[in-house]
Amino acid sequence: MTKFKVSQHILVPKHIKLSEKDKKELLEEYHISLKELPKINKKDPAIQQLDIKKGDVIKIIRKSPSAGEAVFYRVVV
Amino acid sequence: MAEKEKEKIEEEKEETKEEEIEIESYEQAIFKKVKSILFGVFSPKMIQKMAAAKIVTPELYDKEGYPVDGGLMDARLGVIDPGLRCRTCGSKLKECLGHFGYIELARPVIHIKFVDTILKLLRCTCRECGRVLIPKNKIEEVSAALEQIEEERSLEEKRKEIKQLSAVLRAISKCPYCKAKQYPILLEKPTTFIENEKRLSPIEIRTRLEKIPDDELKLFGLNPATVRPEWMVLTVMPIPPVTMRPSITLESGERSEDDLTHKLGDIVRINQRLFENINAGAPEIIIEDLWDLLQYHVTTYFDNTVAQLPPARHRSGQPLKTLTERIKSKEGRIRHNLAGKRTNFSARSVISPDPMLDIDEVGVPIEIAMKLTVPEKVTEWNMEYLKRFIEKGSDKYPGANYIIRPDGKRKKITDETKEAFLEELKPGYVVERHLIDGDVALFNRQPSLHRMSMMAHRVRVLSGKTLRLNPAVCHPYNADFDGDEMNLHIPQTEEARAEAEILMQVRTQLISPGFGLSVIGCTMDSISGNYLLTKELEFSRQEAIDLLYSIGVDDFSKLPKKKVVNGKEIFSVLLPEDFSYKGKSKNGEEVVIKKGQLIKGVIDKASLGSESGLMLRELHKRYGPEKAIELLKKLFKLGIKVLLKIGFTTSVADTDLPTEIKDEIKQILDEAEQAVDKLIESYNNKTLETFPGKTLLETLELKIVEVLNRARNEAGKIVAENADKNTPTMIMADSGARGNLLNLAQMAASVGQQALRGKRIERGYKNRTLSHFKKNDLGPEARGFIRDGFKAGLNPAEFFFQAITGRDGLMDTALRTPKSGYLYRRLANAMQDLKVEYDGTVRDATGKIIQFKYGEDGIDVSKSEAGEINVARIIGGKS
Repeated sequence: MTKFKVSQHILVPKHIKLSEKDKKELLEEYHISLKELPKINKKDPAIQQLDIKKGDVIKIIRKSPSAGEAVFYRVVV
Repeated sequence: MAEKEKEKIEEEKEETKEEEIEIESYEQAIFKKVKSILFGVFSPKMIQKMAAAKIVTPELYDKEGYPVDGGLMDARLGVIDPGLRCRTCGSKLKECLGHFGYIELARPVIHIKFVDTILKLLRCTCRECGRVLIPKNKIEEVSAALEQIEEERSLEEKRKEIKQLSAVLRAISKCPYCKAKQYPILLEKPTTFIENEKRLSPIEIRTRLEKIPDDELKLFGLNPATVRPEWMVLTVMPIPPVTMRPSITLESGERSEDDLTHKLGDIVRINQRLFENINAGAPEIIIEDLWDLLQYHVTTYFDNTVAQLPPARHRSGQPLKTLTERIKSKEGRIRHNLAGKRTNFSARSVISPDPMLDIDEVGVPIEIAMKLTVPEKVTEWNMEYLKRFIEKGSDKYPGANYIIRPDGKRKKITDETKEAFLEELKPGYVVERHLIDGDVALFNRQPSLHRMSMMAHRVRVLSGKTLRLNPAVCHPYNADFDGDEMNLHIPQTEEARAEAEILMQVRTQLISPGFGLSVIGCTMDSISGNYLLTKELEFSRQEAIDLLYSIGVDDFSKLPKKKVVNGKEIFSVLLPEDFSYKGKSKNGEEVVIKKGQLIKGVIDKASLGSESGLMLRELHKRYGPEKAIELLKKLFKLGIKVLLKIGFTTSVADTDLPTEIKDEIKQILDEAEQAVDKLIESYNNKTLETFPGKTLLETLELKIVEVLNRARNEAGKIVAENADKNTPTMIMADSGARGNLLNLAQMAASVGQQALRGKRIERGYKNRTLSHFKKNDLGPEARGFIRDGFKAGLNPAEFFFQAITGRDGLMDTALRTPKSGYLYRRLANAMQDLKVEYDGTVRDATGKIIQFKYGEDGIDVSKSEAGEINVARIIGGKS
């Protein structure tokens, strides 16, 4: 049986790991520290294929009925 | 009340000079700030120390009716009779808060509220040496871990951890210190502890708890400075002051005591008997029985709803309300008295409509207007004005009920005091005058689900007994007039009035933050009125002027100077000169307004309705809320006045159809029934083709329902096509005022299939719905198809089916409303302090981000048009 790839499923939005530079820019843009960001579990199936560690920021691009595409950020815990 | 909070109030010592001056001039007040609250358990010593009296006898009063010394109503415990002074502190009634007393229990008794803690402690400590069953070297480790959890996570987490820890300790069977064997301890609810099949007496329990060392208590989350476990077994008990259990004197002069006094009487009585029996050296069995009885009384004194105990009752059989019941649940102290807020200067009454009121007005009955008051400060300039109110007194409208002197004393205005007050009145006084036209009032209907549920209106004092409102504002309040009641509040300060006027006035609430359209619009009559007017009506110029004048228009320069003017021209008079608009009417036809002239199309719900009126939204956008509400007011009245002028009613004749059409409908229904018969036949012959994933019977059902629905729709279509468009029923349906084509079809042609839980009606008798059908009859009429229309009348079976679905619908709404209401409430409470910050993010009170862009698109719906932002218009200025 081939392994089912969660990230390939149509209902799973795109998860991208932010680079350290992008992460810094993001935190500066919103004047926040990592504490204020929404969280995502390190073991979340959707980010298993990414090379992640605690404290990384994941960018999630979702389809949205009101905006077409909506960007969301989560910090790995 | 052994569980008593010790409040540590740190005095704010830095009282500045300014504050002191203010205190002198204002009122004697000491400002303190609560820094922390410490909860603990009373020690027996503490109970004795704070007591004003020792209670030794259950008697309350002596023969003369004076309280007995050492009785439960001891005069040292406080005053409840007016005129008397407290024997402990010397203050009068209401000044003296009351003082605790105490009784010494003959034998210790378990405190019911601490049974769980006691059990946990007994299980986790050694029965011989009282130490926690953790080896010495590990104790530090465990307590450090617990502290860390509290700091890093939360107190809640620490509690969970302690719970887990005690589960582990329970299983240990040998003390790591004295090597004594440990036995499992069972709790026989509510208050009996059993070890080794032998009962542990409260004395034994107390000695065990005494042995637990102070520093090991921290492992159980107890602070030894405020809680020693042995205090959870009562040896003395505090007697609450009489002020919290006052007795009431009945009309007959008899005294009726409070429930708590009754219960305390029981405790004291049994306690005395126990003392006597012990001293007399009574047999152990008798003592034990009395001890158990004492335990029962003490337990029910704290909590009379303990599951395993029969509640203590009055002689009448009604259960006593003891301490826990006083605090707990909806009628308890917390939810009823502390969290339940009441308000003055408010009124509640049944509402009724009055289209002649302005949209932002509220009609207040004169009786209410004479009870509710507005405080007005006397100045040199309004003195004469306010004196006129005082002259009238409190029972003539418009008068005044109270004056307030500069020192804050309130004086009622009566016929006797009136003259003196008129003399006395000086600037600085406050007059509480009756409500008059133009005052600001907050008007509210529960459930207050959104901010439009409470709006500021201007008062209009009217005769009658109901609160009146313009039917146009029914929609935001979700009100109708089938007996609805609404509340009225009168702001009492300048600040409150200003806030109400700026933030809550009806005009500021026009555009809903939910969907970006006006929540206030024309409804019912005014829609059909405007529809008729703009569709076909014509009036002579005089009539038109008459009509316009009646709605408050006095500039007729826009009205064409012709003998006969049409409705569109009359409607256009209201529109601003420079208003242009292109839109669609309800049936999809174009509506064109150019330079304030309605050129094409009819005005209906799609233009003027609440939650749908696009023209209304446009007006609001172009001319602002003031102008928009002004226009709406006139448009609303115009619709009503038009109907008044031409007359408008609906009748059964509206549903009349020509004979050919009736025949046509009959034919359609006949064909459908034949088709169903054929389907049933093919089902019986098993020639019916099954749908994938369905059984044969399911397939048949689906096909029958489809055929019947199609027939009904076709009949409906024919009705819609052939019904006279000019009947009031059709006008109402077309304009969107009320009703739709389906309603008409149900009246004129056929009511159609009645469905229960998405299926045709199939239950009732065995294999049939009613006893006059054959068993297993699957035909339309046997399964709830109503062939007749409401006008033609239903046959008994049809009527019954209609009643089934009608009842089902009623039940559904009755059951669903509270459920969805609670669901909404939880949602609203969970999101109540989320806020859109200046950078467009949605954050909670702690600054955590919930959404990176409000609604994912960052659109403020109340600034949009039905959720869309027209960028081109914003840039170009015009559409």
